[in-house]
Amino acid sequence: MRSLGPVLVVLAVITVLWYAAAVWLNSAWVYDQAVRAEAEPPSFGQLVPLTINQERPVLPTPHQVVSELVGSTFGMSITSKKSLVYHGWITVSATLLGFVMGTLLGIMLAVGIIHNRAMDLSVMPWAIASQTIPILAIAPMIIVVMNSMGVQGLVPKAIISAFLSFFPVLVGMVKGLRSPDHMQLDLLATYGATKSQTLWKLRLPASMPYLFTSLKVGIAASLVGAIVGELPTGAVKGLGARLLSGSYYGQTVQIWAALFAAALVAAGLVAIVSWVERGTLKRMGMAR
Amino acid sequence: MIWFLAGLAIWAGAWALNVRLSHSRLMGSRAGRLLVPAIFGLTLLVVWEFVVRGLQVPGVILPPPSAIGARFASELPTLWADFQQTFVKGALRGYAFGCSAAFLTAIAIDRSPFLQRGLLPVGNFVAALPIVGIAPILVMWFGFDWQSKAAVVVVMVFFPVLVNTVAGLKASETMQRDLMATYSASYLQTLLKLRLPAALPFVFNGFKIATTLALIGAIVAEFFGSPIVGMGFRITAEVGRLGLDMVWAEIAVAALAGSAFYGAVSLIERRMTFWHPSQRR
Repeated sequence: MRSLGPVLVVLAVITVLWYAAAVWLNSAWVYDQAVRAEAEPPSFGQLVPLTINQERPVLPTPHQVVSELVGSTFGMSITSKKSLVYHGWITVSATLLGFVMGTLLGIMLAVGIIHNRAMDLSVMPWAIASQTIPILAIAPMIIVVMNSMGVQGLVPKAIISAFLSFFPVLVGMVKGLRSPDHMQLDLLATYGATKSQTLWKLRLPASMPYLFTSLKVGIAASLVGAIVGELPTGAVKGLGARLLSGSYYGQTVQIWAALFAAALVAAGLVAIVSWVERGTLKRMGMAR
Repeated sequence: MIWFLAGLAIWAGAWALNVRLSHSRLMGSRAGRLLVPAIFGLTLLVVWEFVVRGLQVPGVILPPPSAIGARFASELPTLWADFQQTFVKGALRGYAFGCSAAFLTAIAIDRSPFLQRGLLPVGNFVAALPIVGIAPILVMWFGFDWQSKAAVVVVMVFFPVLVNTVAGLKASETMQRDLMATYSASYLQTLLKLRLPAALPFVFNGFKIATTLALIGAIVAEFFGSPIVGMGFRITAEVGRLGLDMVWAEIAVAALAGSAFYGAVSLIERRMTFWHPSQRR
């Protein structure tokens, strides 16, 4: 909690800078209006109220974003097409499905890799190489192709999310499953434990701290995947669609509100994973 | 059906070969360790080709690698123009600017523990956010050309590099800093001769993460508006025309560019941090 004060100061400074930037960036429109009305250019005192409450500002001010965010979260019924809860839920459900798929894939590949030398040598370099490819760039193609095969909605977005989240889990789990040291492995060997017993009783429990660290990275990545996956479907539903339709119609306040909603969702998802992590590690006696 | 079965047979054969190779004595050599993933990658391509032909998958769903290769060769000038627009103009400039800005900011806030305690949690938070979301805003501000793409890249690479550099500047040990103090080294001398070199492995970790982010940022920003050239533009346009072989050719370019970029940064890292345990062999 020692850092609470500094964090608040930094946030306050950011807010002040934001207001200053909003006044500066939005002033062009006000001056333009004044020229058109052939009126005197407004003084600074008149300028400020004219810039911080514009309908379509270049940069919306924090209070505009917050009021839009609150209004479209709590002010509407959650089935309304304008409700951020509705769009947020669409994105979150794709994120979660993709996250589960990616995590399972990552764990299974990791188990394969530690048990099979050929798999280790051949899959690992390609898994690493696959991450230097901008996978998000393939997103529109996956959507369109799956659409032409008749698969729509949740699954294509979830596949993109899974693709983004499997890698952190794979790397973390390979490290985690290899983390038991030789003494422990030897002990199980003297007990005559089979490979699967070693896996279930030693390797998997030992890998839990690594798993949760990767899960936190993975869930943030899946949210990005789900949002980007919504872009090429033509702005129908989801937080990504809110971003896209906002950018089509110049609704900057809507874009910023969707962005903040995405940020809050990301923070919430990571917080949930950390909460599960703390509980699990405590019960397993591994809490640090 | 014959193609399909042949594909399966090739898969099984190559896998058996890999299993034998990975247990053979070849693995002691560098070439041997490169051989196994190379065989695996090649098998993937061959099996892809055979399965697509065997099951007669239409080209608009998944084109075979040979068609993609042919398209790649015939459309080289277009691909090169797209590459220049997206990678050289957008991603590279944004990467250079964002990384140096983050590096300098890290050095600046390093002197103030207050700023560190305030900025780092915020930076860590922002680094986990879906930053690609600001792409539409920046496209609105900076226009459709490469400037807006570079701006997205700057924002995307800034926080990972900042967080890593700040962590790296703490990496020198107290003993080492004390030694510098007994030499009565100034702040600048300590920074240049001890702390920056000690920070380099962390800094390069940030730089390497940023290479992928830079390419993703530049391509995704083009989905929100671009001139009629660029990798992101080409992908969306060709998906609309169902020219899937061109899309895959573009993806191949992105993959090559991404891997080469990552490789180049790793190579510089190896030259500059040769003393670090992870670089020894």
